[in-house]
Amino acid sequence: MTLSEEARVEDASASGAKHTVLYALHQELGGKIVPFAGYALPVQYPAGIMAEHKQAREAAALFDVSHMGQVKLEGADRIAALEALVPADLAGLALGRQRYSFFTNDAGGILDDLMISNQGDWLFLVVNAACKEADIAHLKANLKGDVTLTEMTDRALIALQGPKAADVLARLAPGVQTLRFMDCKPVDIDGAACLISRSGYTGEDGYEISVPAAKAEALARRLLAEDEVAPAGLGARDSLRLEAGLCLYGHDIDTTTTPVEADLTWAIQKRRKQEGGFPGAAVVQKQLAEGAGRRRVGLKPEGRAPMREGTELQDDNGQTVGSVTSGGFGPTLGGPLAMGYVKTALAAEGTPLQAMVRGKAMPCRVVALPFVPHNYFRG
Amino acid sequence: MSEKRYTEDHEWVMVSGDEATVGISNHAQEQLGDIVFVELPDIGKALAKGKEAAVVESVKAASEIYAPADGEVLAVNEALNDEPGKVNSDPEGGGWFFKMKLSDASQVASLMDEAAYKAFIEG
Repeated sequence: MTLSEEARVEDASASGAKHTVLYALHQELGGKIVPFAGYALPVQYPAGIMAEHKQAREAAALFDVSHMGQVKLEGADRIAALEALVPADLAGLALGRQRYSFFTNDAGGILDDLMISNQGDWLFLVVNAACKEADIAHLKANLKGDVTLTEMTDRALIALQGPKAADVLARLAPGVQTLRFMDCKPVDIDGAACLISRSGYTGEDGYEISVPAAKAEALARRLLAEDEVAPAGLGARDSLRLEAGLCLYGHDIDTTTTPVEADLTWAIQKRRKQEGGFPGAAVVQKQLAEGAGRRRVGLKPEGRAPMREGTELQDDNGQTVGSVTSGGFGPTLGGPLAMGYVKTALAAEGTPLQAMVRGKAMPCRVVALPFVPHNYFRG
Repeated sequence: MSEKRYTEDHEWVMVSGDEATVGISNHAQEQLGDIVFVELPDIGKALAKGKEAAVVESVKAASEIYAPADGEVLAVNEALNDEPGKVNSDPEGGGWFFKMKLSDASQVASLMDEAAYKAFIEG
């Protein structure tokens, strides 16, 4: 067999991948470091992906997501200017609330997905690491009027995810247990001016904590000292989000997929559906009215073999009807699972399909997402 | 007297007469992490040294297992179908993959012994 993982570990140290401020802590905790989106990050710790995944489902897991981009938009025209680039209703976004959105291109394709929150006189954006340079260039080139963009490079981002996350974080920051899913508010933790959102990428209750870089390691250590908390790496982050049916940019969504095809129309609020006014709005509005030719769906293999990204999907007649965009094994589900795109006529729940795994047709079925129910705190 | 041999691709081979049992090394399972699926070869399949014989899947990725020598599959470890985690818990014992009939036992004799493999992975 080929141990590609091993090769990647060497790459991570040799290729000049950037380090987050928690890099030394990851090493101390025995993290297996791999390159990801230009950063050297732990794919797992000694406990392993399965245990780290269960940690997030059953207690609380701590993830370093400092590689993600944090951006501040200020200025009188910030809301209208950003609405011209994303299909979210930002004028209707209340103070301290957050929305999931995406930058679209003129064809209605997705340039990146992101979180946007209203911080009063500024908007707080969190974007993907792999896209952040392109996103910032896109924003700088296209934001019109009185808007100032600042990349918040002096901040780290720590995710605390799991059913015990609220109990744990409330010990350090009393009051955070009252935040609702998708609230995003400034909170002081041990003298560190943090920005805490009750959200995440696991399907569990939890928080993402934007913390000044200089205070990040102390906060991470303080959280890890709690009995319910253990560190988790990129591997568990991926299996958790897949069970939760959440898209990974560059895999499940990209410039070739529209929000309608990706089944993300819930993130386009009513006013924006009607008014448009974002790149590719005509394409998206036409698909909203008439439907799209394909759709992102959940896929459950009937056997135990995982269906990986790129696996071809066929109908009963052996015709290609789509492909897998994310696939693997769900530790909580206890079996293989995948997401992919299929022709809309075959996107109904229960539709049987064949996945071509290593030249063999493996039966699978279209299933509803998420695979594991979300456990968000809605107050 | 049989002795365990190792390939540079991290398979182990235990020979008894003209039969060999094949699995992956403890080092390999440590590197792969939690194993969730093993695709075993069909009994009777002809194997060629260095070519794919089986597939092992961790949570993260699929990896090919190569035949350590030429031969034919005699038996497979059916227990791995229900309990692929045996490869993690007992890689060089109960987590074996398949047994094969060797075409040329000398192909195995030229593989690394345990000491040489240990030096190889520490390389």
